[in-house]
Amino acid sequence: MSARATYLLLAVVVAALVLSMSVFIVDEREYALKLRFGEIVRLDYEPGLHFKTPFVNTVRKFDNRVLTRENPNEPFLTAEKKNLRVDFYVKWRIIDPGQYFRATGGDERLATSRLLEIMKDGLRAQFARQTVQEVVTADRRDVITEIMDTAGVTARELGIEIVDVRIKTLDLPADVSESVFNRMRQERARVASQLRAEGAEEAERIRSDADRQRTVIIAEAQRDSQRIRGAGDARAADIYAEAFDRDAEFYNFWRSMQAFRTSIGRGDDVLVIEPEGEFFRYLKSPGGEPR
Amino acid sequence: MAWNEPGKGDNPWNSGGGGKNQGPPDLDKVVRDLQRKVSGIFGGRGKSGGSGGSGGGKAAGAGLGLIGAAAVVLWLLSGFYQVEEAERGVVLQFGAFHDVTMPGLHWHIPYPVQTVETVNVSQVDSFTHSTRMLTADENIVSVDLRVQYRRADARAYLFNVRSPEETLGDVTETAIREVVGKSTLDFVLTEGRTQVAASAREIIQSTLDAYGTGIEITSVNLEDSNFPSQVEAAVQDAIKAREDKDRLALEAEAYANDVVPRARGNAARLLENAEAYRAQVVAEAEGESDRFLALLAEYQRAPDVTRQRLYYETMEQVLGGASKVLLDAEGSGTLMYLPIEELMKRAGAGASTNVSDPAEQSSRGTRRQTERESTSDLRSRGTR
Repeated sequence: MSARATYLLLAVVVAALVLSMSVFIVDEREYALKLRFGEIVRLDYEPGLHFKTPFVNTVRKFDNRVLTRENPNEPFLTAEKKNLRVDFYVKWRIIDPGQYFRATGGDERLATSRLLEIMKDGLRAQFARQTVQEVVTADRRDVITEIMDTAGVTARELGIEIVDVRIKTLDLPADVSESVFNRMRQERARVASQLRAEGAEEAERIRSDADRQRTVIIAEAQRDSQRIRGAGDARAADIYAEAFDRDAEFYNFWRSMQAFRTSIGRGDDVLVIEPEGEFFRYLKSPGGEPR
Repeated sequence: MAWNEPGKGDNPWNSGGGGKNQGPPDLDKVVRDLQRKVSGIFGGRGKSGGSGGSGGGKAAGAGLGLIGAAAVVLWLLSGFYQVEEAERGVVLQFGAFHDVTMPGLHWHIPYPVQTVETVNVSQVDSFTHSTRMLTADENIVSVDLRVQYRRADARAYLFNVRSPEETLGDVTETAIREVVGKSTLDFVLTEGRTQVAASAREIIQSTLDAYGTGIEITSVNLEDSNFPSQVEAAVQDAIKAREDKDRLALEAEAYANDVVPRARGNAARLLENAEAYRAQVVAEAEGESDRFLALLAEYQRAPDVTRQRLYYETMEQVLGGASKVLLDAEGSGTLMYLPIEELMKRAGAGASTNVSDPAEQSSRGTRRQTERESTSDLRSRGTR
């Protein structure tokens, strides 16, 4: 290869190199700043291919999407001096890349740290006015708006827009959690004992109802049975009366005889008798003269 | 799904490389078209390369030209990419948004001019978010929330928010906390489950829209809401208590079902006994009166004799069977000593039963016995 060709090739390579150093690509997701020896010369770049002077210009790029900064595990005191552990996050976005670069040098953490401090102050003031319950149930929209407004001033100084602030977790410290658990256990125990008592109540009701039914059934049966027996007795008495009325005197005699048979002189009876009366009429004399 | 196809990145929405799909199966025709196109655009350059080589060796020039052409062809081929049915391709030209392409085979001007990022817009992904939080009535509840979503807007998904998935997680946590924080424990555990999920979904979607994540929530389900594990034992006991309550009631029912029918049975027995008694006394009365009437008829024919006879028979029987002492103490004036004890003893030893009418005896006996039986029977049942 001749020297001329070599030079040509070298020239092409150098040209390509210079060209590559003279262009830069701005992504859809980026802002770009063109600096000349550290001084901002242009910042309104659209996404696409752009040019710069090598060695003279440098380009800084920043994300133009919504970004997240989390603040984990921040303790906040409530009105009743309980410590709540709070995680919150800030959604933010760079809106003025020039301002952002001047104020923060392009450091995301640095930029948002100042915002977080402002928000923590706002939340702390808010929490200190409320009980745990109020904190948990409160509609935080207003508070958040207020905090965003306050922090918004600083944010603008940083070239930042605050998109949203949200509380992610809100936890009780361990000792308070334990007391909540205890209360919940008590509550469950209360429910349990109430249920058992209700069961006993119901059971007693059913049992006593059954006992009542039994008593009533038996009593009524006894009543009816007495009535039936009475009716039987009445009928029998009627039959007897009807028969015995035919000759009351003979009935008395006959019945008396029967009674003697069944009541006197049975088994171990010992009779001490004066031999008188009709039966002994002929005992002492065949003539049977009565005395 | 396109998700798991080999030769692609794990995350289809992240894989810039996935777009530069080398070697689609049916290339011949496309390549030919391409070559025509290429020679149109870059033809001048190729020729200039060739002329540069003419200064040195022709062969060397031709070789360089060939290598150059091959490189150009390869470079152009790298512009092919395939968009799966579920995907959308987002074409960037020098980093600026250029176009959204639909499923199919496409070609873009190769790197570094244009790049393609594909996003799966149909695939529904899900995750389960488990957390423990405070309720409005200051209880703690454990909640498992299942969120299903898809990346509905590929352009928004790629360009608006850094790490949209992480944002979705944050937003979910915030939303469920907000909803549960406004509800009571009972509500979250029981009737409010669907409502909690619906409210959470609304908040998640509106927040995601506010951030412009391009994510669409397809469903939010409250998979589980429960007491925290720390109170599990007490909760179990309460559940057991509910069962105990039912059990007690059932036991009482069993008792009632035992007692009442038995009582009815006893009542029936009482009534039957009474009926038996009535029939018995009536029958006895009839029998006795009939016997009397029969005797009366005979008696009326010969009253005196019959009366005497009955009297003597009776007396005979009464006195005949018993131990007796005849006293004709009239006028004796002396005091007599009767050893009653001794007499009784002797009478007992030589006791002769004196049954006048066995049939009658037994019948009366039975009656008495029946009555006793019925009362004792009643008492014994009643105490049970």
